[in-house]
Amino acid sequence: MPEARVITYREAVREAMVQAMRHNEEVFLMGEDVGVYGGAFGVSRGMVEEFGEDRVVDTPLSEAGFVGLCTGAALLGMRPIAEIQFSDFITHCMDQLVNQAAKVRYMFGGEASVPLVVRTPGGAGTGAAAQHSQSLEAWFVHVPGLKVVMPSTPYDAKGLLLAALDDPNPVIFYEHKLLYNRKGEVPEDLYRVPLGEAALSREGEDVTLVAAGLMHHYALEAADALSGEGVEAEVIDLRTLSPMDHRTVARSVEKTGKLVVVEEDVKTCGWGAEVVSRIVESESFYALDRSPARVAAADVPIPYNRRLEAYVRPTPEKVVEAVKALLDARVGVYA
Amino acid sequence: MKSTEERREMLWKMLLIRAFDEKVNDLYAEGRVHGTAHFYVGQEAVAVGAVAALKEGDVITSTHRGHGHAIAFGLDVDRMAAELLGKATGYCRGKGGSMHIADVSAGMLGANGIVGGSMGIACGAGWAFKRRGQDRAALCFFGDGAVQEGISSETFNLAAIWKLPVVFLCENNQYAMSLSVRKAFAVEPISGRAAAYGMPGETVDGMDLEEVYRAAAAALKRARDGEGPTLIETVTYRYLGHSKSDANLYRTREEIRQWREMDPIERFAGKLQEEGALAENELQEMESRAYRRIDEAFEKAAKEPEPELKSALEDVYA
Ligand SMILES: Cc1ncc(C[n+]2csc(CCOP(=O)(O)OP(=O)(O)O)c2C)c(N)n1
Ligand SMILES: [Mg+2]
Repeated sequence: MPEARVITYREAVREAMVQAMRHNEEVFLMGEDVGVYGGAFGVSRGMVEEFGEDRVVDTPLSEAGFVGLCTGAALLGMRPIAEIQFSDFITHCMDQLVNQAAKVRYMFGGEASVPLVVRTPGGAGTGAAAQHSQSLEAWFVHVPGLKVVMPSTPYDAKGLLLAALDDPNPVIFYEHKLLYNRKGEVPEDLYRVPLGEAALSREGEDVTLVAAGLMHHYALEAADALSGEGVEAEVIDLRTLSPMDHRTVARSVEKTGKLVVVEEDVKTCGWGAEVVSRIVESESFYALDRSPARVAAADVPIPYNRRLEAYVRPTPEKVVEAVKALLDARVGVYA
Repeated sequence: MKSTEERREMLWKMLLIRAFDEKVNDLYAEGRVHGTAHFYVGQEAVAVGAVAALKEGDVITSTHRGHGHAIAFGLDVDRMAAELLGKATGYCRGKGGSMHIADVSAGMLGANGIVGGSMGIACGAGWAFKRRGQDRAALCFFGDGAVQEGISSETFNLAAIWKLPVVFLCENNQYAMSLSVRKAFAVEPISGRAAAYGMPGETVDGMDLEEVYRAAAAALKRARDGEGPTLIETVTYRYLGHSKSDANLYRTREEIRQWREMDPIERFAGKLQEEGALAENELQEMESRAYRRIDEAFEKAAKEPEPELKSALEDVYA
């Protein structure tokens, strides 16, 4: 066996784009500073040199315009990848995504489709303050017609991006700024990780932790810490927020009886609420022996000061605390 | 025209802006500041020239590249430094940082992390002044990049149809991050688009403080006279990278060197010297005083208290 190749999350995303573009002339990348600058986070570095300015396209600051353009090109069967420089700026193209890309197929009676991929880095932890740190992915989970992907490992980043590019629907692909330098094993071939399938990344008997993106790593760190105290957490990486694989969560909850969701977005109406609802609305409800818990960001914008920022965000320590609080809680048996 | 004393004050402000942003650039390089910042070095004449044309009660809106606007408007460099270091005594109590410095009660309606994000706000200020019958105006700074956003078209039109007392001041520094204006627009100059909205447009040399002052003063007069908005394009250049991290791959050293030869501070200082308003070695002396002043600001800021953790949960609602 040759030794598995290790690359960064950034390189994995780039490799998926490069391989898709080599494979299919109809794939192109469009966004602000994606060309010679290589993208604000260096994800597309080197791509314009290979594919030229017609396929790695620097746009003006016109997010509504170029995401609309990509929607139209997708409607015509092309395979656009739009990059929104920071996920906060996705607000500028909400109409194109929510009223156009998401609805076209349904409104037109299933006679059309929009195979669009929008890649965008989200999340906090970089000191970029309130307008460059948000986690708005739950908004898109709320829109039928859109799929939402949030990979946590280089392996999944590549496989999910390739799957997103095969998918006939608009997909919002959330990267995380703090994951770009994270390394992992990534095969060189064109493999896919199916959309809508969660991964069980750690087995345990005592509590189920459900997370996605960067938070998946926080959940794993918390699980390690808990293990030292005799608590074995099972960890599920959702990988795709929409469609949401609640069945994998349910199977785990039926084993552990305890559910803690770890999400980076603000708690109120975050996607974690959807995970919890799906469990408590189902048969799995009866397997729960504690009320479910959510570890999420406080319901505030992200502050600039480093300590304040850490204070409002989820951390592995907060996950550990939440699990302990859950275990200490009164068992909810009512007559 | 301004008095000699006022003109010397303008030179001082330009020096202070340059010293501030060079200092901040150094602090980032040393990893001593969190997050990111955008530097105004090279563009000082725009902020100082335009703000000098304002009257008491006028307001400005700023951008992600906002330190220069703030200092020109008279914000205190101590509190700006404290904000950059995330301190409780900073303008935003450590919650905003470089991209959100504001002093709303003084009329500085905020730097802005969203390109084009303050153009509507400037119109809102103009609307309030007009409805209340006040003799006040709003000066809206934005970049060439903001003109590429849809909100610029919408706000130009709103201000024009409602004759709002707004001055749209575009700082065309040749790039929006890595995108050259030559690639971003099929038609130049940027001021030319004013005609499409029914307002006057003018392009001026943004490296020449007096040109900027003259154009801003004329536009502000129009605004106050109820004649509506003006679009001023100032042609300028940012010497440093787009933000703290930038390899300058999209431009040449030669280009940067050529623009540096038109340095707005040296040009204005040269004029003052010719007029006898500035002595031979005075520029150097003022320059070192500006750097000292900024060093002091950051030294002082470093000793200021951190905000309390629970303050992170406050101020979401009024
Ligand atoms: C809506 C939006 N899109 C993209 C960005 C990222 N960004 C910040 S500044 C900038 C370039 C802005 O160019 P310009 O308006 O010319 O101002 P300059 O940086 O040249 O001062 C970009 C792309 C942003 N902050 N907001
Ligand atoms: Mg610019």
